[in-house]
Amino acid sequence: MKVGLFVPCYIDQFYPSVAIATLQLLEKFGCEVVFPLGQTCCGQPMANSGFANLATGCDNNFVKNFVGVDFIVSPSGSCVLHVKEHLKHPDKEKAQFIREHIYELTEFLIDVLQVETLPATFPHKVGLHVSCHGQRGLNLSSMSELVAPEFSKPEKLLSMVAGLELTKPKRVDECCGFGGTFCVFEEAVSVKMGKDRIIEHEANEIEYITGADTSCLMHLEGILKRKGSMVQTIHIAEILNSDLVPFKAERS
Amino acid sequence: MSDLDQNHINTMTKKAVAHAAAAEAFIGDEERTDWHDETLWFVRHKRDLAVNQLPEWEQLREQASRIKDHTLSNLDKYLMEFEKNALTNGVQVHWAVDAQAHNDIILDLIKKNGVDRVVKSKSMLTEECHLNPFLLKQGVEVVDTDLGERIVQFRDEPPSHIVLPAIHLKKQDVSETFHQHLGTEKGNNDPQYLTEAARQHLRNKFVESQLAITGVNFAVAETGGFVVCTNEGNADMGAHAAAVHIACMGIEKIIPKAEHLGVFLRLLARSATGQPVTTYSSHFHRPRAGQQMHIVIVDNGRTRQLGRPDFRNSLKCIRCAACFNTCPVYRRSGGHSYHTAVAGPIGAILNPNLDMKANADLPFASTLCGSCTNVCPVKIDIHQQLWKWRQVLAEEGFVDPSKKIGMKGMAFVLAHPDLYRFAGKMGRWVMRAVPGLVNNKLNLWFKQRDMPAAPKQSFRDWYLDKNKHSLKK
Amino acid sequence: MPGRETILNAARKNKPAFIEAPPAWAEGASIAPEQLTQKFIKTLESIGGKVIQCNDYDPIRAKLQEQLATGRFIANTIQGLGATSTEVQTNSNAQSLEPVEMAFIAGTLAVAENGAVWVYESQLLNRLLPFICQHLVLVVSRETLVSTMHAAYRKLDIAAEGYGVFIAGPSKTADIEQSLVIGAHGARSLLVYLVGGTEI
Repeated sequence: MKVGLFVPCYIDQFYPSVAIATLQLLEKFGCEVVFPLGQTCCGQPMANSGFANLATGCDNNFVKNFVGVDFIVSPSGSCVLHVKEHLKHPDKEKAQFIREHIYELTEFLIDVLQVETLPATFPHKVGLHVSCHGQRGLNLSSMSELVAPEFSKPEKLLSMVAGLELTKPKRVDECCGFGGTFCVFEEAVSVKMGKDRIIEHEANEIEYITGADTSCLMHLEGILKRKGSMVQTIHIAEILNSDLVPFKAERS
Repeated sequence: MSDLDQNHINTMTKKAVAHAAAAEAFIGDEERTDWHDETLWFVRHKRDLAVNQLPEWEQLREQASRIKDHTLSNLDKYLMEFEKNALTNGVQVHWAVDAQAHNDIILDLIKKNGVDRVVKSKSMLTEECHLNPFLLKQGVEVVDTDLGERIVQFRDEPPSHIVLPAIHLKKQDVSETFHQHLGTEKGNNDPQYLTEAARQHLRNKFVESQLAITGVNFAVAETGGFVVCTNEGNADMGAHAAAVHIACMGIEKIIPKAEHLGVFLRLLARSATGQPVTTYSSHFHRPRAGQQMHIVIVDNGRTRQLGRPDFRNSLKCIRCAACFNTCPVYRRSGGHSYHTAVAGPIGAILNPNLDMKANADLPFASTLCGSCTNVCPVKIDIHQQLWKWRQVLAEEGFVDPSKKIGMKGMAFVLAHPDLYRFAGKMGRWVMRAVPGLVNNKLNLWFKQRDMPAAPKQSFRDWYLDKNKHSLKK
Repeated sequence: MPGRETILNAARKNKPAFIEAPPAWAEGASIAPEQLTQKFIKTLESIGGKVIQCNDYDPIRAKLQEQLATGRFIANTIQGLGATSTEVQTNSNAQSLEPVEMAFIAGTLAVAENGAVWVYESQLLNRLLPFICQHLVLVVSRETLVSTMHAAYRKLDIAAEGYGVFIAGPSKTADIEQSLVIGAHGARSLLVYLVGGTEI
């Protein structure tokens, strides 16, 4: 199974450890992982700002890079959702194949690789942040608004990690306020939303906040650092891959 | 003067402040923001408890959505059927193409009947048409009879929520307002006491009123009747006491059959407040003996919205405000920050249709989290429409030009992998070498958040390093 | 009427291609028949109403007599309880009804899922009565209980009379800080007599 690793631009630049963990995890489960070297960004920042028509260059570049793999996997629900919903290309067949074969990491592990056990150990108390685009867009977990059976792909994976104690905030799936460019154009609301999520997590006396979207975590991390909190953020890939030597050292 | 007071004044004087700025002013009083957020979250919580008692909830939503889709696809015919049956019932039907026509029709009826005492129960349509200020200019004072609406009317403010009009106020504020206008005891903040004062005050208004205006929750094509839902009983007190009853409805309030009320009444109150049904669901078909009953059917941009394939299903809205209560942005910015009669997520997709330029900020007042879409009892894809409105607004030139320039630059860099890598490398180098260039007041991210650490190596650098031998081959 | 044509033409022009209406709602048995009474009582009590179950009209007549003895304005519109109040007519105005302390009114049917009772205009005598009275007493037969609103609308003909209303509990508001206050504009209390077996 040939998997194309899609590393969103801000992960590539600021959170390489997330991409490394994703790559190593996939390889651990026997995937042949390729990292197309010309990839940049999915185009979401432009599209969510109202300029989807400016994302053509990104779309073309994306298709050019990811043609020929069986699956595309990425450690970001938001970017995956964007590609799924909005990727356009003159070669409609190629674009459709990509839209149908792009997966967020946790859904790929559960739905495609059907992972039942993990060799991971992470002896910490961890709060789960549910990112909206993964949850409500990609259906990674059940949603508190709907009358439907409960499930969660990220939680299922975290339950396989030895030593990990998982907690949830009071409002289990409220948005953290990142929202792409919203985080600067509506700075006050964005930060207030993030602060409120953090207060609920801190009430559970956790050491880490994890989630399947680095963008939300980056926003929460910015607020945590500013207030000098001991709580750290960590992407779910890093926890699931945590039996290997982690690249945390470089980050701190 | 606090920012909040300034915010109120801006709202009152109709000087539209863009959502982000008004929201920042609102959040300036963090304690009050927390209270506002918690109070509305509690309403969302009550909604959750109510809907989880119905295993068939999701099917009900689907049914409601399909009935509304069907109705919109046959809207002209159902409007005519409704009109015909209403006329047969002895109800007079008026048609208003826009807000002005709506207001003129009502003024005309007031004048014809020589009326000077008018009561009005909650109608978001009359808010949308700015009926009260219009009538006031003509020398007609309208008394809003919904408690929340009366409170904001005394304060010369618009409602901040379509179901809970005074939810932005604390009981101390209401107490002060009632002290000024109704002579209640100063400092008595007891909601029971204050509500009783309003009850006595408004009873007199009901008894004296000559003309009552109400909204319409549902208009039934097959019977020509309409349903009005309240908890307070104020719509009925007004309509049954006055000699003239005028009910105002947007064209989208039509449903085909009486049996459909079963679906919608089961959804409405549960979604709005978590009640199993409103206290009163009143079905009006014919005027009582000696009474005049009028229906004003209003377009005001709705047929235009009907013609926008991406946005037409916003007309399915039954005004339950569940999307307000669940919206993390609304709860932390308050209804007035939306500077329109209908605030919240649904307002953000309805109002650009009314005035794109004035309301271009609203579709951006969202993280696109999608919670609104999930609570909507008629399954409007609200967050998808927010996204689509952003595209329309950018296309039509209603987005800040500097934003467009920035986006163009970003798009150019991201479309060129070499440029992207160079920019990324430079950016990270600058952040490490000259952090002050990024960590300053001009950077809105940095105002209340630290920047992420800038690693020396991007993932791509690491990957190339690791695979330099194999990749060379 | 130019507005009418403009609106209808615009709707005709801008509406989407015809979409079929869904089939009528197929009722699942969400409340078992033997649970209807308890569900109705529990629901109505949760929204501020009170329910008294009785086998016949005797306790209701006793309540009416007790109220009449207070000398206050008690309005009875139910013939089965004795003489109806002559002061309450279809055209009685708000001024004359404002002093009504308590009104006794018969309902057509009761809905278990939400505690609502349907009342036709003919049962009210005057449309204003159940709203303007300080306290409301509704009398409804247990036999009329239905599970949901779908069932209620199947039984009712909402256009049979000029006006009809579902009443579920006393008038209430939470417009001040979301604090629930009973007795906004309408009746301050609602008492429902659920009469077993007897048709009203």
